[in-house]
Amino acid sequence: MNKLRTGAFHTGMILLSLLWLGPVLWVVVMSTRSFDDIAAHGVGSLPRSFTLDTYRQAWTDGGELRALINSMLVTVPSVALSLGLAAMAAFALSRFRIPGRRTILLLMLAGNLLPPQILLIPVAKFSELTGLYDTLWALIAVQVGFGLGFYTFVLHGFMRDLPGEIQEAATIDGAGTAQIFTKVMLPLTRPALAALGALSFTWIFNDLLWAITVLRTDDNMPVTPALLALQGQFVSSWNVIAAGTVIAAVPTVAVFLRFQRHFVSGLALGAVK
Amino acid sequence: MTATISTTSVTPTRRRRRSARLSPLLVAFVLVPFAVESVWVFWPAIQGFWFSLTRWDGMTPPTFVGTDNYVELAGDATFRGALVNTVIWLVLFGGLSVLGGFGMALVLQKERRFVGFYRAALFTPVVFSLVVTALVWRVFYQPDGIADTLLRAVGLESLIRPWLADPQTALYAVILPALWRQIGYVMVLFLAGLKAIDPALHEAARMDGANAWQRLRHVTIPQLKGVNAVVLSVIVIDSLRSFDIVWSLTKGGPYHSSELLSTYMYSTAFQSLRLGYASAIAVVIFVLALAVILGYLVRAFREEAS
Repeated sequence: MNKLRTGAFHTGMILLSLLWLGPVLWVVVMSTRSFDDIAAHGVGSLPRSFTLDTYRQAWTDGGELRALINSMLVTVPSVALSLGLAAMAAFALSRFRIPGRRTILLLMLAGNLLPPQILLIPVAKFSELTGLYDTLWALIAVQVGFGLGFYTFVLHGFMRDLPGEIQEAATIDGAGTAQIFTKVMLPLTRPALAALGALSFTWIFNDLLWAITVLRTDDNMPVTPALLALQGQFVSSWNVIAAGTVIAAVPTVAVFLRFQRHFVSGLALGAVK
Repeated sequence: MTATISTTSVTPTRRRRRSARLSPLLVAFVLVPFAVESVWVFWPAIQGFWFSLTRWDGMTPPTFVGTDNYVELAGDATFRGALVNTVIWLVLFGGLSVLGGFGMALVLQKERRFVGFYRAALFTPVVFSLVVTALVWRVFYQPDGIADTLLRAVGLESLIRPWLADPQTALYAVILPALWRQIGYVMVLFLAGLKAIDPALHEAARMDGANAWQRLRHVTIPQLKGVNAVVLSVIVIDSLRSFDIVWSLTKGGPYHSSELLSTYMYSTAFQSLRLGYASAIAVVIFVLALAVILGYLVRAFREEAS
Protein backbone atom coordinates (compact mmCIF):
# COMPACT_ATOMS: atom_id res chain seq x y z
CA MET A 1 0.00 0.00 0.00
CA ASN A 2 2.73 2.41 1.00
CA LYS A 3 4.77 1.46 -2.05
CA LEU A 4 1.76 2.09 -4.23
CA ARG A 5 1.31 5.54 -2.77
CA THR A 6 4.98 6.41 -3.28
CA GLY A 7 4.71 5.22 -6.88
CA ALA A 8 1.62 7.33 -7.48
CA PHE A 9 3.32 10.33 -5.93
CA HIS A 10 6.36 10.07 -8.16
CA THR A 11 4.34 9.36 -11.30
CA GLY A 12 2.14 12.37 -10.67
CA MET A 13 5.05 14.65 -9.87
CA ILE A 14 7.05 13.56 -12.90
CA LEU A 15 4.10 14.34 -15.15
CA LEU A 16 3.65 17.70 -13.46
CA SER A 17 7.36 18.50 -13.73
CA LEU A 18 7.19 17.68 -17.45
CA LEU A 19 4.23 20.01 -17.80
CA TRP A 20 6.26 22.74 -16.16
CA LEU A 21 9.60 22.15 -17.88
CA GLY A 22 8.24 20.90 -21.22
CA PRO A 23 7.36 24.27 -22.73
CA VAL A 24 10.81 25.62 -21.83
CA LEU A 25 12.62 22.64 -23.37
CA TRP A 26 10.41 22.93 -26.44
CA VAL A 27 11.49 26.53 -27.03
CA VAL A 28 15.17 25.65 -26.55
CA VAL A 29 14.84 22.84 -29.12
CA MET A 30 12.89 25.07 -31.47
CA SER A 31 15.64 27.69 -31.38
CA THR A 32 17.95 25.20 -33.11
CA ARG A 33 15.58 24.28 -35.95
CA SER A 34 15.90 25.74 -39.42
CA PHE A 35 13.23 28.02 -40.87
CA ASP A 36 12.39 25.51 -43.61
CA ASP A 37 11.89 22.74 -41.09
CA ILE A 38 9.39 24.81 -39.08
CA ALA A 39 7.66 26.13 -42.20
CA ALA A 40 7.23 22.59 -43.54
CA HIS A 41 6.29 20.75 -40.37
CA GLY A 42 4.88 23.42 -38.02
CA VAL A 43 6.03 24.53 -34.56
CA GLY A 44 4.32 21.56 -32.93
CA SER A 45 6.37 18.91 -34.68
CA LEU A 46 9.59 17.23 -33.59
CA PRO A 47 12.85 18.72 -34.92
CA ARG A 48 14.31 17.44 -38.18
CA SER A 49 17.15 19.96 -38.48
CA PHE A 50 19.84 21.62 -36.39
CA THR A 51 21.31 25.10 -36.73
CA LEU A 52 22.74 27.79 -34.49
CA ASP A 53 22.43 30.51 -37.11
CA THR A 54 19.23 31.57 -35.35
CA TYR A 55 21.30 32.86 -32.46
CA ARG A 56 23.47 34.91 -34.79
CA GLN A 57 20.36 36.43 -36.36
CA ALA A 58 18.79 37.31 -33.01
CA TRP A 59 22.11 38.51 -31.65
CA THR A 60 23.15 40.85 -34.46
CA ASP A 61 20.22 41.38 -36.88
CA GLY A 62 17.68 41.42 -34.06
CA GLY A 63 19.75 43.77 -31.89
CA GLU A 64 19.76 41.49 -28.85
CA LEU A 65 23.42 42.28 -28.15
CA ARG A 66 22.66 46.00 -27.84
CA ALA A 67 19.58 45.22 -25.72
CA LEU A 68 21.54 42.92 -23.44
CA ILE A 69 24.16 45.63 -22.86
CA ASN A 70 21.37 48.13 -22.08
CA SER A 71 19.82 45.71 -19.62
CA MET A 72 23.08 45.20 -17.78
CA LEU A 73 23.77 48.97 -17.79
CA VAL A 74 20.43 49.47 -16.05
CA THR A 75 20.25 46.40 -13.83
CA VAL A 76 23.69 46.37 -12.20
CA PRO A 77 23.73 50.01 -11.01
CA SER A 78 20.05 49.83 -10.03
CA VAL A 79 20.61 46.79 -7.84
CA ALA A 80 23.74 48.25 -6.25
CA LEU A 81 22.23 51.70 -5.68
CA SER A 82 18.89 50.57 -4.32
CA LEU A 83 20.43 48.01 -1.97
CA GLY A 84 23.04 50.53 -0.81
CA LEU A 85 20.46 53.22 -0.10
CA ALA A 86 18.05 50.74 1.48
CA ALA A 87 20.80 49.39 3.73
CA MET A 88 21.61 52.92 4.91
CA ALA A 89 18.00 53.66 5.74
CA ALA A 90 17.48 50.25 7.36
CA PHE A 91 20.62 50.66 9.47
CA ALA A 92 19.61 54.08 10.79
CA LEU A 93 15.99 53.06 11.36
CA SER A 94 16.71 49.75 13.05
CA ARG A 95 19.72 50.59 15.24
CA PHE A 96 18.99 54.17 16.33
CA ARG A 97 16.07 55.95 17.91
CA ILE A 98 15.14 58.08 14.95
CA PRO A 99 11.93 60.00 15.77
CA GLY A 100 8.95 58.59 13.82
CA ARG A 101 10.99 55.66 12.56
CA ARG A 102 8.07 53.25 12.35
CA THR A 103 6.00 55.71 10.34
CA ILE A 104 8.89 56.34 7.94
CA LEU A 105 9.39 52.61 7.46
CA LEU A 106 5.71 51.88 6.80
CA LEU A 107 5.44 54.86 4.47
CA MET A 108 8.40 53.60 2.47
CA LEU A 109 6.88 50.11 2.24
CA ALA A 110 3.51 51.55 1.23
CA GLY A 111 5.24 53.38 -1.63
CA ASN A 112 6.39 50.04 -3.00
CA LEU A 113 2.92 48.52 -2.68
CA LEU A 114 1.31 51.24 -4.80
CA PRO A 115 0.14 49.96 -8.17
CA PRO A 116 2.72 51.40 -10.60
CA GLN A 117 -0.06 52.49 -12.96
CA ILE A 118 -0.78 55.53 -10.79
CA LEU A 119 2.86 56.58 -11.20
CA LEU A 120 3.34 56.00 -14.94
CA ILE A 121 2.13 59.32 -16.34
CA PRO A 122 3.67 61.58 -13.68
CA VAL A 123 6.99 59.70 -13.88
CA ALA A 124 7.03 59.93 -17.69
CA LYS A 125 6.30 63.66 -17.49
CA PHE A 126 8.83 64.24 -14.72
CA SER A 127 11.58 62.47 -16.65
CA GLU A 128 10.76 64.66 -19.68
CA LEU A 129 10.98 67.74 -17.49
CA THR A 130 14.39 66.78 -16.14
CA GLY A 131 15.74 65.78 -19.54
CA LEU A 132 16.13 62.16 -18.45
CA TYR A 133 13.36 60.84 -20.73
CA ASP A 134 14.55 58.19 -23.19
CA THR A 135 17.87 57.74 -21.37
CA LEU A 136 18.88 54.74 -19.28
CA TRP A 137 19.33 57.14 -16.34
CA ALA A 138 15.57 57.59 -16.12
CA LEU A 139 15.06 53.84 -15.91
CA ILE A 140 17.77 53.47 -13.24
CA ALA A 141 16.25 56.30 -11.19
CA VAL A 142 12.74 54.89 -11.30
CA GLN A 143 13.87 51.34 -10.53
CA VAL A 144 15.81 52.57 -7.50
CA GLY A 145 12.97 54.79 -6.29
CA PHE A 146 10.29 52.14 -6.70
CA GLY A 147 12.24 49.27 -5.13
CA LEU A 148 13.67 51.12 -2.12
CA GLY A 149 10.66 50.69 0.15
CA PHE A 150 10.57 46.90 0.04
CA TYR A 151 14.33 46.44 0.35
CA THR A 152 14.45 48.83 3.32
CA PHE A 153 11.61 46.95 5.00
CA VAL A 154 13.28 43.55 4.60
CA LEU A 155 16.75 44.75 5.60
CA HIS A 156 15.27 46.56 8.60
CA GLY A 157 13.72 43.32 9.83
CA PHE A 158 17.05 41.56 9.38
CA MET A 159 19.24 44.22 11.02
CA ARG A 160 16.86 44.67 13.94
CA ASP A 161 17.45 41.05 14.95
CA LEU A 162 21.25 41.31 14.97
CA PRO A 163 22.71 41.29 18.50
CA GLY A 164 23.49 44.73 19.92
CA GLU A 165 26.74 43.60 21.58
CA ILE A 166 28.67 43.63 18.32
CA GLN A 167 27.75 47.24 17.69
CA GLU A 168 28.67 48.15 21.28
CA ALA A 169 32.03 46.43 21.03
CA ALA A 170 32.80 48.34 17.85
CA THR A 171 31.82 51.59 19.54
CA ILE A 172 34.13 50.91 22.46
CA ASP A 173 36.90 50.23 19.97
CA GLY A 174 36.33 53.74 18.70
CA ALA A 175 34.41 53.05 15.49
CA GLY A 176 32.18 55.82 14.14
CA THR A 177 28.70 55.42 12.71
CA ALA A 178 30.02 55.14 9.17
CA GLN A 179 32.56 52.51 10.16
CA ILE A 180 30.06 50.50 12.13
CA PHE A 181 27.81 50.56 9.08
CA THR A 182 30.42 49.53 6.51
CA LYS A 183 32.68 47.29 8.62
CA VAL A 184 30.22 45.65 11.00
CA MET A 185 26.61 45.84 9.81
CA LEU A 186 27.02 45.30 6.06
CA PRO A 187 29.11 42.12 6.46
CA LEU A 188 26.60 40.74 8.97
CA THR A 189 23.71 41.55 6.63
CA ARG A 190 25.29 39.69 3.72
CA PRO A 191 22.82 36.79 3.56
CA ALA A 192 19.88 39.19 3.29
CA LEU A 193 21.76 41.38 0.81
CA ALA A 194 22.56 38.34 -1.34
CA ALA A 195 18.94 37.21 -1.31
CA LEU A 196 17.62 40.66 -2.18
CA GLY A 197 20.37 41.13 -4.75
CA ALA A 198 19.45 37.95 -6.62
CA LEU A 199 15.77 38.81 -6.42
CA SER A 200 16.05 42.45 -7.47
CA PHE A 201 18.35 41.47 -10.34
CA THR A 202 15.63 39.34 -11.88
CA TRP A 203 12.90 41.88 -11.16
CA ILE A 204 14.75 44.79 -12.73
CA PHE A 205 16.17 42.73 -15.60
CA ASN A 206 12.72 41.31 -16.40
CA ASP A 207 10.84 44.61 -16.19
CA LEU A 208 8.74 45.69 -19.15
CA LEU A 209 6.34 48.37 -17.92
CA TRP A 210 8.82 50.97 -16.69
CA ALA A 211 11.10 50.50 -19.70
CA ILE A 212 8.37 51.20 -22.23
CA THR A 213 7.16 54.13 -20.13
CA VAL A 214 10.39 56.12 -19.87
CA LEU A 215 12.18 54.92 -23.03
CA ARG A 216 11.22 55.42 -26.65
CA THR A 217 14.17 54.73 -28.97
CA ASP A 218 14.76 51.11 -30.00
CA ASP A 219 18.50 51.46 -29.41
CA ASN A 220 17.85 52.29 -25.74
CA MET A 221 15.53 49.38 -25.02
CA PRO A 222 16.58 46.63 -22.58
CA VAL A 223 16.09 42.95 -23.38
CA THR A 224 12.46 42.53 -22.34
CA PRO A 225 10.88 45.15 -24.63
CA ALA A 226 13.47 44.31 -27.33
CA LEU A 227 12.21 40.74 -27.28
CA LEU A 228 8.70 41.99 -28.01
CA ALA A 229 10.07 44.05 -30.89
CA LEU A 230 11.94 41.01 -32.20
CA GLN A 231 8.58 39.33 -32.64
CA GLY A 232 7.44 42.09 -34.94
CA GLN A 233 10.68 41.97 -36.91
CA PHE A 234 10.82 38.18 -37.41
CA VAL A 235 7.08 37.60 -37.68
CA SER A 236 6.98 33.95 -38.64
CA SER A 237 10.63 33.03 -37.99
CA TRP A 238 9.76 31.14 -34.85
CA ASN A 239 13.25 29.70 -34.58
CA VAL A 240 14.83 33.19 -34.38
CA ILE A 241 12.20 34.38 -31.90
CA ALA A 242 12.91 31.28 -29.81
CA ALA A 243 16.65 31.98 -29.94
CA GLY A 244 15.96 35.56 -28.82
CA THR A 245 13.83 34.23 -25.99
CA VAL A 246 16.61 31.90 -24.84
CA ILE A 247 19.15 34.76 -24.94
CA ALA A 248 16.82 36.97 -22.90
CA ALA A 249 16.40 34.27 -20.27
CA VAL A 250 20.08 33.34 -19.86
CA PRO A 251 21.20 36.13 -17.46
CA THR A 252 18.41 35.56 -14.94
CA VAL A 253 18.80 31.79 -15.15
CA ALA A 254 22.53 32.25 -14.52
CA VAL A 255 21.87 34.41 -11.46
CA PHE A 256 19.32 31.89 -10.26
CA LEU A 257 21.72 28.95 -10.63
CA ARG A 258 24.55 30.84 -8.95
CA PHE A 259 22.47 32.17 -6.05
CA GLN A 260 19.81 29.45 -5.94
CA ARG A 261 19.73 29.16 -2.16
CA HIS A 262 19.67 32.92 -1.62
CA PHE A 263 17.15 33.40 -4.41
CA VAL A 264 14.63 30.99 -2.90
CA SER A 265 15.07 32.34 0.60
CA GLY A 266 14.74 35.84 -0.82
CA LEU A 267 11.33 35.01 -2.26
CA ALA A 268 10.20 33.81 1.14
CA LEU A 269 11.60 36.90 2.90
CA GLY A 270 8.88 38.80 4.61
CA ALA A 271 6.46 35.88 4.25
CA VAL A 272 7.27 34.41 7.65
CA LYS A 273 7.38 37.43 9.87
CA MET B 1 33.02 61.45 10.32
CA THR B 2 34.81 61.98 13.62
CA ALA B 3 31.89 64.00 14.94
CA THR B 4 29.67 60.93 14.79
CA ILE B 5 31.73 58.69 17.03
CA SER B 6 30.07 59.83 20.24
CA THR B 7 26.60 59.12 18.87
CA THR B 8 26.65 55.37 19.30
CA SER B 9 26.39 54.55 22.95
CA VAL B 10 25.89 51.60 25.19
CA THR B 11 23.60 52.18 28.12
CA PRO B 12 19.88 52.96 27.85
CA THR B 13 20.26 56.31 29.59
CA ARG B 14 22.91 57.48 27.20
CA ARG B 15 20.91 56.10 24.31
CA ARG B 16 18.04 58.36 25.24
CA ARG B 17 20.32 61.35 25.32
CA ARG B 18 21.73 60.37 21.98
CA SER B 19 18.35 60.50 20.32
CA ALA B 20 18.08 64.17 21.21
CA ARG B 21 21.09 64.97 19.06
CA LEU B 22 21.14 62.76 16.00
CA SER B 23 24.30 62.94 14.00
CA PRO B 24 23.94 64.56 10.57
CA LEU B 25 25.22 61.35 9.02
CA LEU B 26 22.38 59.29 10.47
CA VAL B 27 19.83 61.87 9.37
CA ALA B 28 21.29 61.67 5.87
CA PHE B 29 21.09 57.86 6.01
CA VAL B 30 17.32 58.18 6.36
CA LEU B 31 16.66 61.34 4.39
CA VAL B 32 18.55 60.52 1.18
CA PRO B 33 16.69 57.25 0.46
CA PHE B 34 13.43 58.84 1.56
CA ALA B 35 14.02 61.78 -0.75
CA VAL B 36 14.75 59.45 -3.69
CA GLU B 37 11.53 57.55 -3.07
CA SER B 38 9.63 60.83 -2.65
CA VAL B 39 10.78 62.16 -6.01
CA TRP B 40 10.01 58.97 -7.94
CA VAL B 41 7.06 57.56 -5.99
CA PHE B 42 5.28 59.77 -3.44
CA TRP B 43 5.21 62.99 -5.42
CA PRO B 44 4.17 61.24 -8.68
CA ALA B 45 1.39 59.41 -6.80
CA ILE B 46 -0.04 62.71 -5.56
CA GLN B 47 0.26 64.17 -9.06
CA GLY B 48 -1.57 61.12 -10.42
CA PHE B 49 -4.65 62.03 -8.39
CA TRP B 50 -4.49 65.61 -9.58
CA PHE B 51 -4.11 64.60 -13.26
CA SER B 52 -7.24 62.45 -12.97
CA LEU B 53 -9.20 65.67 -12.53
CA THR B 54 -7.89 67.19 -15.74
CA ARG B 55 -8.18 66.87 -19.48
CA TRP B 56 -4.69 66.58 -20.89
CA ASP B 57 -3.09 65.51 -24.16
CA GLY B 58 0.47 65.69 -22.87
CA MET B 59 1.41 68.60 -25.14
CA THR B 60 -0.70 71.55 -24.03
CA PRO B 61 -1.06 72.25 -20.29
CA PRO B 62 -3.73 70.18 -18.49
CA THR B 63 -7.12 71.84 -17.95
CA PHE B 64 -9.11 71.18 -14.79
CA VAL B 65 -12.40 69.39 -15.50
CA GLY B 66 -13.41 68.20 -12.03
CA THR B 67 -14.94 64.75 -11.95
CA ASP B 68 -15.69 64.66 -15.71
CA ASN B 69 -13.27 61.78 -16.27
CA TYR B 70 -14.94 59.64 -13.63
CA VAL B 71 -18.40 60.40 -15.01
CA GLU B 72 -17.18 59.34 -18.45
CA LEU B 73 -15.64 56.17 -16.99
CA ALA B 74 -19.01 55.17 -15.56
CA GLY B 75 -20.50 55.10 -19.07
CA ASP B 76 -17.46 53.61 -20.83
CA ALA B 77 -18.24 50.07 -22.04
CA THR B 78 -14.56 49.22 -22.58
CA PHE B 79 -13.77 50.29 -19.04
CA ARG B 80 -16.59 48.14 -17.69
CA GLY B 81 -15.35 45.18 -19.70
CA ALA B 82 -11.82 45.73 -18.39
CA LEU B 83 -13.16 45.94 -14.85
CA VAL B 84 -15.05 42.65 -15.24
CA ASN B 85 -11.95 41.02 -16.78
CA THR B 86 -9.83 42.30 -13.91
CA VAL B 87 -12.25 40.71 -11.43
CA ILE B 88 -12.16 37.43 -13.41
CA TRP B 89 -8.37 37.70 -13.42
CA LEU B 90 -8.30 38.30 -9.67
CA VAL B 91 -10.56 35.32 -8.96
CA LEU B 92 -9.09 32.83 -11.46
CA PHE B 93 -5.44 33.84 -11.49
CA GLY B 94 -5.41 34.75 -7.80
CA GLY B 95 -7.60 31.91 -6.57
CA LEU B 96 -6.03 29.14 -8.62
CA SER B 97 -2.47 30.22 -7.90
CA VAL B 98 -3.19 30.21 -4.16
CA LEU B 99 -4.94 26.81 -4.34
CA GLY B 100 -2.29 25.36 -6.65
CA GLY B 101 0.62 26.83 -4.71
CA PHE B 102 -0.77 25.70 -1.37
CA GLY B 103 -1.55 22.23 -2.71
CA MET B 104 1.92 21.81 -4.16
CA ALA B 105 3.48 23.06 -0.92
CA LEU B 106 1.51 20.46 1.06
CA VAL B 107 2.45 17.66 -1.34
CA LEU B 108 6.11 18.66 -1.48
CA GLN B 109 6.71 19.79 2.10
CA LYS B 110 8.13 16.49 3.33
CA GLU B 111 11.79 15.90 2.53
CA ARG B 112 11.97 12.73 0.47
CA ARG B 113 13.67 11.44 -2.59
CA PHE B 114 13.59 13.72 -5.70
CA VAL B 115 11.45 16.27 -3.88
CA GLY B 116 14.09 18.95 -4.49
CA PHE B 117 13.88 18.31 -8.21
CA TYR B 118 10.08 18.56 -8.28
CA ARG B 119 10.18 21.81 -6.33
CA ALA B 120 12.81 23.22 -8.67
CA ALA B 121 10.76 22.19 -11.72
CA LEU B 122 7.63 23.95 -10.50
CA PHE B 123 9.71 26.88 -9.51
CA THR B 124 11.76 27.35 -12.71
CA PRO B 125 9.32 29.68 -14.55
CA VAL B 126 9.56 32.24 -11.71
CA VAL B 127 13.03 33.04 -13.01
CA PHE B 128 11.76 34.01 -16.48
CA SER B 129 10.25 37.36 -17.33
CA LEU B 130 6.59 37.41 -18.25
CA VAL B 131 7.60 38.41 -21.76
CA VAL B 132 9.72 35.26 -22.05
CA THR B 133 6.83 33.28 -20.57
CA ALA B 134 4.50 34.81 -23.15
CA LEU B 135 6.74 33.79 -26.03
CA VAL B 136 7.11 30.28 -24.69
CA TRP B 137 3.33 29.95 -24.59
CA ARG B 138 2.86 31.57 -27.96
CA VAL B 139 4.41 28.42 -29.41
CA PHE B 140 1.83 26.45 -27.52
CA TYR B 141 -1.09 28.43 -28.94
CA GLN B 142 0.11 28.80 -32.55
CA PRO B 143 -2.08 27.36 -35.29
CA ASP B 144 -0.55 23.89 -35.64
CA GLY B 145 1.23 24.56 -32.35
CA ILE B 146 1.48 22.21 -29.42
CA ALA B 147 -2.09 22.73 -28.16
CA ASP B 148 -3.55 21.89 -31.57
CA THR B 149 -1.16 18.98 -32.07
CA LEU B 150 -2.21 17.53 -28.72
CA LEU B 151 -5.91 17.99 -29.41
CA ARG B 152 -5.51 16.32 -32.80
CA ALA B 153 -3.65 13.45 -31.18
CA VAL B 154 -6.59 12.70 -28.88
CA GLY B 155 -9.18 13.24 -31.61
CA LEU B 156 -10.63 16.53 -30.35
CA GLU B 157 -9.97 18.45 -33.57
CA SER B 158 -13.33 20.15 -33.31
CA LEU B 159 -12.08 22.18 -30.34
CA ILE B 160 -9.19 23.69 -32.26
CA ARG B 161 -9.40 27.45 -32.61
CA PRO B 162 -7.11 30.51 -32.79
CA TRP B 163 -6.73 30.57 -29.03
CA LEU B 164 -5.35 34.09 -28.64
CA ALA B 165 -7.34 35.64 -31.48
CA ASP B 166 -10.74 34.32 -30.44
CA PRO B 167 -12.57 36.77 -28.12
CA GLN B 168 -14.16 33.76 -26.41
CA THR B 169 -10.86 32.26 -25.31
CA ALA B 170 -8.28 35.08 -25.35
CA LEU B 171 -8.55 36.05 -21.67
CA TYR B 172 -8.32 32.45 -20.46
CA ALA B 173 -5.50 31.68 -22.87
CA VAL B 174 -3.57 34.50 -21.19
CA ILE B 175 -4.41 33.45 -17.62
CA LEU B 176 -2.93 29.98 -18.15
CA PRO B 177 0.71 31.07 -18.69
CA ALA B 178 0.37 33.60 -15.85
CA LEU B 179 -0.70 30.74 -13.58
CA TRP B 180 2.08 28.51 -14.86
CA ARG B 181 4.55 31.10 -13.64
CA GLN B 182 2.83 32.12 -10.38
CA ILE B 183 2.11 28.72 -8.80
CA GLY B 184 5.78 28.00 -8.11
CA TYR B 185 6.19 31.37 -6.45
CA VAL B 186 3.18 30.94 -4.17
CA MET B 187 4.42 27.43 -3.38
CA VAL B 188 7.73 28.84 -2.10
CA LEU B 189 5.89 31.26 0.18
CA PHE B 190 3.77 28.46 1.64
CA LEU B 191 6.74 26.10 1.96
CA ALA B 192 8.49 28.73 4.06
CA GLY B 193 5.37 29.10 6.19
CA LEU B 194 4.92 25.35 6.63
CA LYS B 195 8.53 24.97 7.69
CA ALA B 196 8.00 27.51 10.47
CA ILE B 197 5.19 25.48 12.10
CA ASP B 198 6.25 23.71 15.27
CA PRO B 199 6.06 19.91 14.58
CA ALA B 200 4.99 19.39 18.20
CA LEU B 201 1.59 20.86 17.35
CA HIS B 202 0.98 18.19 14.73
CA GLU B 203 2.26 15.54 17.12
CA ALA B 204 -0.14 16.67 19.83
CA ALA B 205 -3.07 16.72 17.40
CA ARG B 206 -2.18 13.22 16.20
CA MET B 207 -2.08 12.01 19.81
CA ASP B 208 -5.56 13.45 20.26
CA GLY B 209 -6.70 11.31 17.34
CA ALA B 210 -7.00 14.01 14.67
CA ASN B 211 -6.86 12.66 11.12
CA ALA B 212 -4.91 14.26 8.28
CA TRP B 213 -7.82 16.45 7.20
CA GLN B 214 -8.52 17.65 10.75
CA ARG B 215 -4.86 18.44 11.30
CA LEU B 216 -4.82 20.46 8.09
CA ARG B 217 -8.00 22.28 9.03
CA HIS B 218 -7.26 22.96 12.70
CA VAL B 219 -3.48 23.07 12.94
CA THR B 220 -1.84 23.91 9.62
CA ILE B 221 -4.22 26.54 8.25
CA PRO B 222 -4.56 28.58 11.49
CA GLN B 223 -0.77 28.47 11.93
CA LEU B 224 -0.33 29.89 8.43
CA LYS B 225 -2.27 33.07 9.19
CA GLY B 226 0.76 35.32 8.76
CA VAL B 227 1.72 33.74 5.44
CA ASN B 228 -1.87 33.92 4.24
CA ALA B 229 -1.91 37.67 4.77
CA VAL B 230 1.30 38.06 2.79
CA VAL B 231 0.18 35.73 -0.01
CA LEU B 232 -3.19 37.44 -0.30
CA SER B 233 -1.64 40.89 -0.48
CA VAL B 234 0.92 39.71 -3.02
CA ILE B 235 -1.78 38.11 -5.17
CA VAL B 236 -4.15 41.07 -5.09
CA ILE B 237 -1.40 43.53 -5.89
CA ASP B 238 0.03 41.26 -8.60
CA SER B 239 -3.40 40.77 -10.17
CA LEU B 240 -4.18 44.46 -10.34
CA ARG B 241 -0.70 45.22 -11.66
CA SER B 242 -0.71 42.39 -14.22
CA PHE B 243 0.36 43.92 -17.47
CA ASP B 244 3.37 42.24 -19.09
CA ILE B 245 1.77 38.93 -19.95
CA VAL B 246 -1.39 40.46 -21.45
CA TRP B 247 0.56 43.11 -23.30
CA SER B 248 2.95 40.60 -24.83
CA LEU B 249 0.27 38.07 -25.79
CA THR B 250 -2.77 40.09 -26.91
CA LYS B 251 -2.35 43.80 -26.00
CA GLY B 252 -5.84 43.47 -24.52
CA GLY B 253 -7.46 42.33 -27.79
CA PRO B 254 -9.15 41.05 -29.79
CA TYR B 255 -11.87 43.70 -29.41
CA HIS B 256 -10.83 44.36 -25.79
CA SER B 257 -11.80 40.78 -24.89
CA SER B 258 -8.66 40.32 -22.75
CA GLU B 259 -8.41 43.94 -21.67
CA LEU B 260 -7.48 44.50 -18.04
CA LEU B 261 -7.62 47.82 -16.22
CA SER B 262 -3.85 48.03 -16.38
CA THR B 263 -3.60 47.50 -20.14
CA TYR B 264 -6.53 49.85 -20.81
CA MET B 265 -4.85 52.47 -18.65
CA TYR B 266 -1.56 52.08 -20.52
CA SER B 267 -3.04 52.27 -24.02
CA THR B 268 -5.27 55.20 -23.06
CA ALA B 269 -2.28 57.07 -21.72
CA PHE B 270 0.49 56.34 -24.18
CA GLN B 271 -1.35 55.42 -27.38
CA SER B 272 -4.52 57.54 -27.26
CA LEU B 273 -2.65 60.25 -25.32
CA ARG B 274 -5.61 60.90 -23.03
CA LEU B 275 -3.50 61.39 -19.94
CA GLY B 276 -6.22 62.79 -17.65
CA TYR B 277 -8.63 59.98 -18.46
CA ALA B 278 -5.91 57.36 -18.05
CA SER B 279 -5.03 58.85 -14.65
CA ALA B 280 -8.64 58.33 -13.58
CA ILE B 281 -8.34 54.62 -14.52
CA ALA B 282 -5.10 54.47 -12.52
CA VAL B 283 -6.88 55.96 -9.52
CA VAL B 284 -9.54 53.23 -9.82
CA ILE B 285 -6.78 50.58 -9.80
CA PHE B 286 -5.26 52.24 -6.75
CA VAL B 287 -8.56 52.37 -4.88
CA LEU B 288 -9.31 48.69 -5.65
CA ALA B 289 -5.88 47.60 -4.38
CA LEU B 290 -6.28 49.67 -1.25
CA ALA B 291 -9.84 48.45 -0.57
CA VAL B 292 -9.00 44.76 -0.80
CA ILE B 293 -5.80 45.00 1.22
CA LEU B 294 -7.25 47.26 3.91
CA GLY B 295 -10.38 45.10 4.07
CA TYR B 296 -8.28 42.03 4.67
CA LEU B 297 -5.96 43.72 7.15
CA VAL B 298 -8.86 45.09 9.21
CA ARG B 299 -10.44 41.63 9.43
CA ALA B 300 -7.14 40.00 10.33
CA PHE B 301 -6.61 42.67 12.93
CA ARG B 302 -10.08 42.09 14.45
CA GLU B 303 -9.55 38.33 14.61
CA GLU B 304 -6.28 38.96 16.38
CA ALA B 305 -7.95 41.25 18.91
CA SER B 306 -10.90 38.97 19.72
